[in-house]
Amino acid sequence: MNDFVMYLSYPFVRYAIIVGILISLCSSLLGVTLVLKRFSFIGDGLSHVAFGAMAIATVINLTNEMILILPVTIISAILLLRTGQNTKIKGDAAIAMISVGAMAFGYLIMNIFPTSSNLTGDVCSTLFGSASILTLTKGEVLLCAILSILVTAIFILFYNKIFAVTFDENFAKATGVNTGFYNLLMAVIIAVIIVLAMNLVGSLLISALVIFPALSAMRLFNSFKSVTVFSAILSVICAFVGMYISTVTGTPVGSTIVATDAVAFLICYLIGRFR
Amino acid sequence: MAYIEAKELSVGYDGIAVEKNIDFSIKKGDYLCIVGENGSGKTTLMKTLLGLTEPVSGQVLFGDGLARNEIGYLPQQTEVQRDFPATVKEIVLSGCEATCGMRPFYNKEEKALAEANMKKMGISDLALRSYKDLSGGQQQRVLLARALCATGKVLLLDEPVAGLDPKVTSSLYTLISDLNKEGITIIMVSHDIDAAIKYASHILHIGEEVFFGTADEYLHSKAGKAFMAQK
Repeated sequence: MNDFVMYLSYPFVRYAIIVGILISLCSSLLGVTLVLKRFSFIGDGLSHVAFGAMAIATVINLTNEMILILPVTIISAILLLRTGQNTKIKGDAAIAMISVGAMAFGYLIMNIFPTSSNLTGDVCSTLFGSASILTLTKGEVLLCAILSILVTAIFILFYNKIFAVTFDENFAKATGVNTGFYNLLMAVIIAVIIVLAMNLVGSLLISALVIFPALSAMRLFNSFKSVTVFSAILSVICAFVGMYISTVTGTPVGSTIVATDAVAFLICYLIGRFR
Repeated sequence: MAYIEAKELSVGYDGIAVEKNIDFSIKKGDYLCIVGENGSGKTTLMKTLLGLTEPVSGQVLFGDGLARNEIGYLPQQTEVQRDFPATVKEIVLSGCEATCGMRPFYNKEEKALAEANMKKMGISDLALRSYKDLSGGQQQRVLLARALCATGKVLLLDEPVAGLDPKVTSSLYTLISDLNKEGITIIMVSHDIDAAIKYASHILHIGEEVFFGTADEYLHSKAGKAFMAQK
């Protein structure tokens, strides 16, 4: 514990913890909706797209990579949600196609135009977020904080509408709710969350941050409100515990957080099973 | 002027008609049953009435003070709902969503309306229970209460008794019939021809032959006789 207090005196550790908590909070919010709408894999697909975008951003040497990653991911999210409705290529196939495609091109571009001598290390840290959370600049921390707060605020304001559209889209549409708009809104929020979470756990592990807390909460609670609130709390606790363990023991941040989430799920599952 | 009037309506998907030349009108207080063989386009017709699908040709006109989004809808169960963590109260309240517009939270009147409709459907004591743990009949009452929150004018029910046991079925029919006596117009898509004739004021039969008229007329029509004989 003393070690941890000592680490806290470094500004980059404090930044990491603030960002980590904010990101884990907003990533858990839409988890319930995504799991229930059978969209769990959208997070996964989008994170691969974000990886591809990041490769391009690195190669063309953007100082702030978010400027490119964010819009590209948002556009892909909108396209993926559209294909989910009724097109020739079914939702899951479209996601698989876009995600592996983006991944392959991303790695290819990074290989053809290498920007540093340690390419494998760069790719690895993008995929698993090994150190990026600790190397965030003040500007990036600020951007993360603003986006997280924005996502949380939008979620709270549209909470009832998101519920109505998730539970029964046809009913909502028939009674005059603009479901198209809310689906679009959700797509944009998901994309923002993915890009944010990439800093914390890396692009391969993002889905875990989105779906684990929601699935854990669903083992224990019955109402939409309590599931949402509990998954947010659980997600923040897991992120904090994960970051604590990783600072003290020196394990990679992203995978430690996800491992904590997985353990929490197991505990919730067992409690739900045997009570 | 009728609430809803269909004129030479053809319904279908992507411009291909499943059923053509449907003409009918529904007045305030009517109880219309839509019957027909599987695949005859009952569900498509219903989606067209709700504005979820565009008509292939022809028109659906709304009048007598009824707007399209004032039709309360009782859908068939979807897969999403089977493991959805939501309480009865949350679901019933979501029926008020359309009247909220851009307002983010429900106001007192809407909460009171939800309470009243739960009471009316006899599910007040289930308010905090989880929807997925309820029986089929209870779930239908929850969805009815939600539809009543959205409108007090017209209810459109898509095979509401599918999968329910006979006792629950008959109590649900009585409940719907009581709502109709209170002045709510009922449109029901149904397989259950006997109940349709017993409760409905009008029948719309779609299939190879389209029939529209009162339940009594239907019994003596060619389409009606043929359909009854099959059952």
